[in-house]
Amino acid sequence: MLHTLAVLVENNPGVLARVAGLFSRRGFNIDSLAVGRTDNPAISRMTIVVEGDERTLEQVTKQLHKLVDVIKINDITKEPHVERELVLIKVQADRAARLEVMQIAGVFRAKIVDCGPKTLTVEATGTEDKINALEEALRPYTIKELMRTGKIAMLRGARYTTVK
Amino acid sequence: MKLTGAEALIKALQDEGVDTVFGYPGGAVLPIYDALYDSDLNHILTRHEQGAAHAADGYARATGKPGVCFATSGPGATNLVTGIANAYMDSVPLVAFTGQVVTSLLGRDSFQEADITGITMPITKHNYLVEDPADLTKIVREAFYLATTGRPGPVLVDIPKDISSGETEYEKPAPLCMPGYKPPTSGDEDLVNQAAAAIMASERPVIYAGGGVISAGAHEELKQIAQLMVAPVTTTLMGLGGFPEDHPLSLGMLGMHGSRYANYAVCECDLLLAVGVRFDDRVTGKVESFAPNAKIIHIDIDPAELSKNVPVDIAIVGNLKIVLKQLLERLTAKLPGAWQDRIKQWKKEYPLQFETGKDTIKPQQVIKEIYNVTGGRARITTEVGQHQMWAAQYYTYTRPRSFISSGGLGTMGYGFPAAIGVQVGCPDEVVFDIAGDGSIQMNIQELATAVNYELPVNVAIMNNGYLGMVRQWQEMFYNRRYSHTEMINPDFVKLAEAYGAEGYRVEKAADIKPVLEQAVKSSRPVMMDFVVEQEENVVPMVPPGEALNNMLG
Repeated sequence: MLHTLAVLVENNPGVLARVAGLFSRRGFNIDSLAVGRTDNPAISRMTIVVEGDERTLEQVTKQLHKLVDVIKINDITKEPHVERELVLIKVQADRAARLEVMQIAGVFRAKIVDCGPKTLTVEATGTEDKINALEEALRPYTIKELMRTGKIAMLRGARYTTVK
Repeated sequence: MKLTGAEALIKALQDEGVDTVFGYPGGAVLPIYDALYDSDLNHILTRHEQGAAHAADGYARATGKPGVCFATSGPGATNLVTGIANAYMDSVPLVAFTGQVVTSLLGRDSFQEADITGITMPITKHNYLVEDPADLTKIVREAFYLATTGRPGPVLVDIPKDISSGETEYEKPAPLCMPGYKPPTSGDEDLVNQAAAAIMASERPVIYAGGGVISAGAHEELKQIAQLMVAPVTTTLMGLGGFPEDHPLSLGMLGMHGSRYANYAVCECDLLLAVGVRFDDRVTGKVESFAPNAKIIHIDIDPAELSKNVPVDIAIVGNLKIVLKQLLERLTAKLPGAWQDRIKQWKKEYPLQFETGKDTIKPQQVIKEIYNVTGGRARITTEVGQHQMWAAQYYTYTRPRSFISSGGLGTMGYGFPAAIGVQVGCPDEVVFDIAGDGSIQMNIQELATAVNYELPVNVAIMNNGYLGMVRQWQEMFYNRRYSHTEMINPDFVKLAEAYGAEGYRVEKAADIKPVLEQAVKSSRPVMMDFVVEQEENVVPMVPPGEALNNMLG
């Protein structure tokens, strides 16, 4: 099963290598990892999607906690939360296909962010499912390039993953 | 006060109470060694950086104080790697300082450049690359705090040459601020209550104690609990000395080469109190059959160890000394019964034993004689292999920090430099490295260090002309195909003498005692070459992957 972890870390050099190295050497599978700074520039936040059963997840969490730079870990999988992923898809779109691609983008509330002579680049945000669906819808037009950010996630309402 | 980075480092070390450093100079640590020249820090020059790391590790294990080592960049730093990994696996407080190429040359494959923070990331509790001389004192303070608190472990600080030679204003660092690091203290009250109730309800309790008892200094509390519970105590290799082996409740060591009675007791107990242990595969054998009938209580300072290898019933995170005290308050004395009789019976039926040789010396015999000659008061270090297991089985350990061995990593070549560190830390005590003819050659250059600093370390080589443990496995599991395990050895006596140490070769049983007595009396390093039975095996033995009660020999 996939678990979504919200992790706060000190924004020190090498912190990403520490986290990534831990996952690989302990044999944990990262499905996606997104990282960036928070409102406090000294603290970065990671959203890590990890695959494994409850016991694996317990080990992941405990081993992550042993990293001195890791400040807080929330497993938000079962909590109400907002999750988003951003994707850029460059699709082959000659004159005949152009309108159809734009219509599909419209259905997904995606934006056309670049218009080349033979391609269109579509930007979309949403849940993983929505991004997957968009990808499938565009596949018949030949996807030339695709880049996903990995999921970022946050608890809803009055619950926080912050430093006290 | 304006200081160079190197001077600030030395001052910060002294603020931490460091008086001894093991190390080896080189280009990138020149500024640090220059500052050392004027300081009153005691620096021990080993003959290889690996020796420095192991010596600092041995010093730490014997004294309980953090061990400190210095090395230069590149090969100096990478030579520390085995020593750091060794300290990591056995949770030893070690702080390693390495020189690094100047900041402007970092990342350019410069001369003697190695990414030592990258290399040691998986084998340190934490590490630092210092980027500003002004950060040095704070980093040193954090490094020592991390190494010595919580579950102890090694920390590495990598210092580029321009940082150690750059100038900084020295000031006492501000209070530590590490939001991601909170070492556990007392155990959860509810869980401690549950544990106490389970202990009081048990009929066949066993205590399984490890190195955590020694690093927490919880041996007294452990003894009190064992006596209240009337529970037999078995220790891991790392836990030897954490419970006195001359105590009637002692079962000695458990696991692959543990005593039969310890392994039988674990297999049949209805309650296992696991303290400061990590359920290593050499201890548990087949995990599914480990303590199959027992309710397991596990107390450890590292939450990640709880239920890592074996699922447990009651898991308590905390400092062992504090949690055992909490537990003591809730226990009342129990009375011995059928279980204790059963244990006595097993001890009588299956004692640890060996047959004395007719013409040859048995290694076990040498270890027993070392015990007799030293009155059981020596600090014993070991290398890794058969001799290590015999040293664990046949020297009766009664004090914490008296058995110092590479448990987790299993590092051949550990024991001799570690013995040097032990002797530096405990100058008035008798120190023995129990070695094999294979292992001793992995760091034999440290003879020069022992002679240089007039350290009366005793090395007892169990010389069977083989890499004995590997040969034993080849005999048992590879149809006696002794592939590359036979050793053509140097003349250890001449070698010792060439270095300026004393050397003895012992071929007759009658000579064991007089030579050992001479060694203990000598104020010089002594290397003893005991020519022992070549194909003696370590028994009993749980074959790898088997249940603990399925023992050979």
